Amino acid sequence: MIYTKDLTKAYNGTTVLNIEELTIPKGQSFGLVGNNGAGKTTYFSLLLDLIKPTTGNITSNNVVVDESEDWKPFTSSFIDESFLIGYLTPEEYFYFIGELRGQNKADVDTLTSKFEDFFNGEIIGKKKYLRDLSKGNQKKAGIVAALIGHPEVIILDEPFANLDPTTQIRLKQIIKDLAEKQGVTVLVSSHDLTHVTDVCERIVVLEKGNVIKDLETNPATLKELEAHFGSSAVVSQEEE
Amino acid sequence: MVINILMVFFALYFVASFAALGFGLFFLLRKTFPDQDPFVIANNYLFYWIIGDLLMRFFLQKLPVMSVKPLLTLPIKRSTVVNYVLGKSAVSFFNFLPLFAIIPFSIILIGEGYETSMILTWMFTMIVVVLIINFVNFIIEAFSANSELSFLPIVAVVGVLFALNYFEIFSLTTLIGSGFLAIANSPILILIPIVVLIVCYTINFKILRNKLFLDSSLKSKVTEVNASDLSWTERFGDIAPFMKLDLKLIWRNKRTKSMAMLLLVGVLYGLFFYPQPQFLKMEFMYAFIGIFSTGFFLINFGQFIPAWDSGYYKLLMSQNIKYEQYLRSKFILMVMSVVLLFVLGIPYVYFGYKILIAHFAAAIYNIGVNTHVILYGGSFNRKKIDLDKKAAFNYQGTGAVQWIIGIPLMIIPMALFGVTNWLVGFEAASALLILLGVGGIVFHKKLMKGITKKYLNSKYKMIDAFSQDN
Repeated sequence: MIYTKDLTKAYNGTTVLNIEELTIPKGQSFGLVGNNGAGKTTYFSLLLDLIKPTTGNITSNNVVVDESEDWKPFTSSFIDESFLIGYLTPEEYFYFIGELRGQNKADVDTLTSKFEDFFNGEIIGKKKYLRDLSKGNQKKAGIVAALIGHPEVIILDEPFANLDPTTQIRLKQIIKDLAEKQGVTVLVSSHDLTHVTDVCERIVVLEKGNVIKDLETNPATLKELEAHFGSSAVVSQEEE
Repeated sequence: MVINILMVFFALYFVASFAALGFGLFFLLRKTFPDQDPFVIANNYLFYWIIGDLLMRFFLQKLPVMSVKPLLTLPIKRSTVVNYVLGKSAVSFFNFLPLFAIIPFSIILIGEGYETSMILTWMFTMIVVVLIINFVNFIIEAFSANSELSFLPIVAVVGVLFALNYFEIFSLTTLIGSGFLAIANSPILILIPIVVLIVCYTINFKILRNKLFLDSSLKSKVTEVNASDLSWTERFGDIAPFMKLDLKLIWRNKRTKSMAMLLLVGVLYGLFFYPQPQFLKMEFMYAFIGIFSTGFFLINFGQFIPAWDSGYYKLLMSQNIKYEQYLRSKFILMVMSVVLLFVLGIPYVYFGYKILIAHFAAAIYNIGVNTHVILYGGSFNRKKIDLDKKAAFNYQGTGAVQWIIGIPLMIIPMALFGVTNWLVGFEAASALLILLGVGGIVFHKKLMKGITKKYLNSKYKMIDAFSQDN
């Protein structure tokens, strides 16, 4: 489904991402973990053709993303607040995204009504602009907007950050359902190892732009990841 | 960078003008009113200066409250923070500017033989008054900040004061003038303005002290949604979503809203010129005024495409949209504004039918040529715009593009019109503009294709630039 080949991104000669080969099959829930500056957001931005790769490319559903725009109809994403339109209410925002993705108001309403629990009564019908919502509620709106229009690939950068515990648990269920029941390829990044291991079938660890671990999630994965990040903390302490 | 240079330039310009006023005022007054005392006359005009200053400050000067947000969590007394904010406002540029006029004027007065102690008292009073204006402005702002049309109270107050004086119901000019003279003659009276100043400061202190909590004034305001029915946009088919978005963009953000108000300026623009016979004789001016007044919205809105959407540009670029639709929505909006402004400007026919013809030609030129030119220019925009910042004197998003684009936008049609008018005649000149405009309309699809391509080519650069904070 998503095939990455010889992908590098460099800024002023400094390579921030370098992926030789990475294949993400359809319907996989894929987790990306790494410390700050590991290249997670860079990879997602390349996937969305928001930045230009220095070498190599990503092919999504046989579409080379930096050559054609045909990946857009089946891809959706929520990376950060710049994906929200501050002067719209959540409803208007959903309808706008819906219109772009060929969904009418009724379609959008049906979809969002499924997320009443997730919204916890704080999003719909509040007559508030997105810019006036709290960070957590903005994120809820952004994530649900990314589900509009039956996308086949959903990219969520740090979806768990800023959410309250209840919402985090609900979000995990949503992401699992998407991958398992609807065959959607979900790409998630996170700093929180527990959340990713709970949600993702496969976890890739990035460090300074390189893939250094590629794990199939099993009960021991969390321990392994903790050991990995724990040891690098020890190493860096020794270096100091 | 450009903006900073511009601001410095403006500042220097004002300093220079004030200094020139300070040095020249005495001689100017003596020449104009040979049989009166220039010092007395200057004092009589102080009233106008006071209300003018107040009005200007209201729109341009804001209390620097936001900058103290980080101080609140530090172990500093609340009253110290408040004093700091108020003290900081006292050393603002607005308070130094008048000194450039007051001091030279005083020196010249002393040089001309006025009593030194009297002039020094007067000078000191003036400084106190400048500070009073400074603090009175913040009191007015504090009271009007919460209302939607926040500028109405100040306009009303200034208007009433001005009217009282103008219709000689109550002569504030003489009152203030003789007040200053009285203080200058008996220095003890300076205590009065000083007391006023202290009172103003205390009021400000109290207001600010009560407001300086993270949850009240420092919190950004939450506005109720004003939703209006935009279903009429549906007739525009596939660009309807973008049109709705653009209309909401204009209506729901401070900066764009004040820009929309400029439509009114566009309509009234001709009134600056046409009532004056010397302009009415210059036919080549008609085209300029026509381009400007029918294109007022086009220029102000168009020059910042696509920076208006810079806050969520990444979303648009990763969504399932056609760039051409996105641009066409802006195009239609600009065309509608031109048509509206032209229709509203039809009454100018009162000043002569030629004006109407020239305005019509200019409107067609705006629709056919300038819309495309400004959209093309937009593809060079690399500056982000924060929609929530106020509009007056806001240069955010302004770069070299905005200056360069003015040439083809205004100068070329003016020159074409002027030269043809001079060589051939008025009818030919108008026909030329119409012809060019119709040409642009005919080739609209082709032009849009080229423009869209240009935008697509600069996609990465724009995304990158819009995600930087200036």
